[in-house]
Amino acid sequence: MNEPVKKPARKKVELDPRFVNYKHVWVFIEAERGVVHPVSWELLGEGRKLADALGVELAGVVMGPPGERTRQICGEAFHYGADLCYLAQDEVLRDYRNEPYTRALTELVDTYQPEIMLLGASTLGRDLAGSVATTLATGLVADCTELVIEADSRNLASTRPTFGGSLLCTIMTQRHRPQMATVRPRVMAMPDADTARSGRIVEHKLAIIESSIITKVLEFIPDAQQDKPQLAFADIIVSGGRGFKKQENFQLVWDLAKVLGAEVGASRPIVQAGWVELDRQVGQSGKTVRPKLYIAAGISGAIQHRVGMDGSDVIIAINNDPNAPIFDFAHYGIVGNAMQILPALTEAFRAQIALARRAG
Amino acid sequence: MHSVVCIKQVPDSAQIRVHPVTNTIMRQGVPAIINPYDLFALEEALRLKDRFGGTVTVITMGPPMAEVALRKCLSFGADDAILVSDRAFAGADTLATSYALAAAIGKIRENMPVDLIFTGKQTIDGDTAQVGPGIARRLDYQLLTYVSAIREIDHEKREILVERRAEGGVQVLKTKLPCLITMLEGTNEMRYGDMDDMFRAARHPLKQWDRLAAGIEDPNVVGLKGSPTVVGKVFAPKPRSQRAEIIETVDNDPKNLVVTLLAKVFTQHPKLEREIERLAK
Ligand SMILES: Cc1cc2nc3c(=O)[nH]c(=O)nc-3n(C[C@H](O)[C@H](O)[C@H](O)COP(=O)(O)OP(=O)(O)OC[C@H]3O[C@@H](n4cnc5c(N)ncnc54)[C@H](O)[C@@H]3O)c2cc1C
Repeated sequence: MNEPVKKPARKKVELDPRFVNYKHVWVFIEAERGVVHPVSWELLGEGRKLADALGVELAGVVMGPPGERTRQICGEAFHYGADLCYLAQDEVLRDYRNEPYTRALTELVDTYQPEIMLLGASTLGRDLAGSVATTLATGLVADCTELVIEADSRNLASTRPTFGGSLLCTIMTQRHRPQMATVRPRVMAMPDADTARSGRIVEHKLAIIESSIITKVLEFIPDAQQDKPQLAFADIIVSGGRGFKKQENFQLVWDLAKVLGAEVGASRPIVQAGWVELDRQVGQSGKTVRPKLYIAAGISGAIQHRVGMDGSDVIIAINNDPNAPIFDFAHYGIVGNAMQILPALTEAFRAQIALARRAG
Repeated sequence: MHSVVCIKQVPDSAQIRVHPVTNTIMRQGVPAIINPYDLFALEEALRLKDRFGGTVTVITMGPPMAEVALRKCLSFGADDAILVSDRAFAGADTLATSYALAAAIGKIRENMPVDLIFTGKQTIDGDTAQVGPGIARRLDYQLLTYVSAIREIDHEKREILVERRAEGGVQVLKTKLPCLITMLEGTNEMRYGDMDDMFRAARHPLKQWDRLAAGIEDPNVVGLKGSPTVVGKVFAPKPRSQRAEIIETVDNDPKNLVVTLLAKVFTQHPKLEREIERLAK
């Protein structure tokens, strides 16, 4: 007999009944010494879409020392899309420390029960997210590049590069709440601030006493401003990869960057070889950038590089292999030897700029 | 002073090639290495041993072949090595991984108290940076992530003073032992093992612990079953709706190519042209 083979239906994983009342989308607003990390606003932009898809509210979580500034941050969160803010003001939250922040955020989650919670994948966000997710025994997906609500299950589907692979995968937390995810700075677009928007503040009193906190901050030594390359907010980036073969050749990347007033970026092998410092690495384990112009020379366009620069407005790729994956997502391409094309490009830009100077 | 260093064996990503047609990773023949970030953790633990004496134990959760990575650590000077390995651990996400490692460290602690746990900042294959914080939470150790320097340890008071990389600066933190440190990269340089250690490493009886030996009764808290996250579909990144517009000229001479390129880019993106002129000024 030829009975059709029954495919096992995809097993529907039910939400643990403990979590049925968990609702709304939260974004942890990362503020240190009164300064909000821009990734928090980017996440509010993304959280807004998720909240709208679910038909729920978007909340910002603001924690910090008592004072006007901490409260002001709630107002800014409303401008970027939050409907309400949970505000915890306490002296123990003056500097970031893992223990009081973990305790405070866990307490807020247990009390107000969000279904989704997003944090920036900054040093602070990664430190906090891992601790809070473990305490809550819930799922946490790091470094997501896309977040959407799956229509039938209403679960959060978080996309990130596969572990060590050249593919992407979608990860879900089906039984537990909140569904937690981190997103790296600059991966999501910065929403426009609407200064007319406002919202409500829910104040939460913590009961954490300083003497119960074991770790003490003795000092904070701020980085000197121009210490480090500022790739994340650069308008133009010229990046080089293994196609340059020798360190001397990489000078061509610097030459072009100089003419353009651009930052120099690189793929990971270049950083690993020590040709440029770590702060110039673009990609999954480096910086995410969104310049107006990204020039990639001698870079193959592996997914781990791509996720760091896909948001650039205009991408020009130079590669001698017409089948290099970079041509799948660059806007313009030249198939050729980077060692010849780059100097020519430097000259062409130099001429163009000289012309503009003379004209204006 | 007893330090436990958590390491992971990973494929050497510098040697991974992507298949040009299928865009999948070609793992065959790719050598396995110790996660490079973990070497900074191991070196720091060895330095503390040089300064204060004591013991360095390395531990990894992984398949039997991870033994190689552990022996390498012994050859650098670690005193003991434990491989936590069981089929039941397969498919673990970071939460289930930290569960297994924390349980095993709990077992280690029964024989000798643990003052410090070290991990690397993150792994090069998973990149999550979640396992260190997870272990600290489970064992209720103070967590110090992204540590760039250990300034002082006061054994009497059981206090430690460290520098920690934070957003926009360095925090100087004082806390109590025991604690878990995730070491920042580039903070020290891995030593070469000496001959004695190399011979010792080859002969050292490695401990291999399965789930029960690691003190985990319930099989549902580890591996795939103990992982709240599930991996759904795996897919290749979408190309943009249009592939790059490839610039060509009759002679394909570099000069002509770039002039054609700039003309095209600036016609289609006039704002960019003005931007470049502004930046160059
Ligand atoms: C967990 C993980 C995280 C990672 N994170 C990052 C990351 O953050 N950033 C990153 O960049 N990579 C990262 N990688 C590595 C990534 O997978 C690639 O290996 C890397 O991006 C490749 O660098 P590349 O393009 O310079 O080198 P290759 O892939 O070797 O490409 C060199 C390219 O140069 C071209 N070429 C050769 N000669 C010439 C010439 N004369 N003129 C023009 N073109 C030429 C070749 O055709 C080739 O396309 C990560 C990998 C893993 C597993």
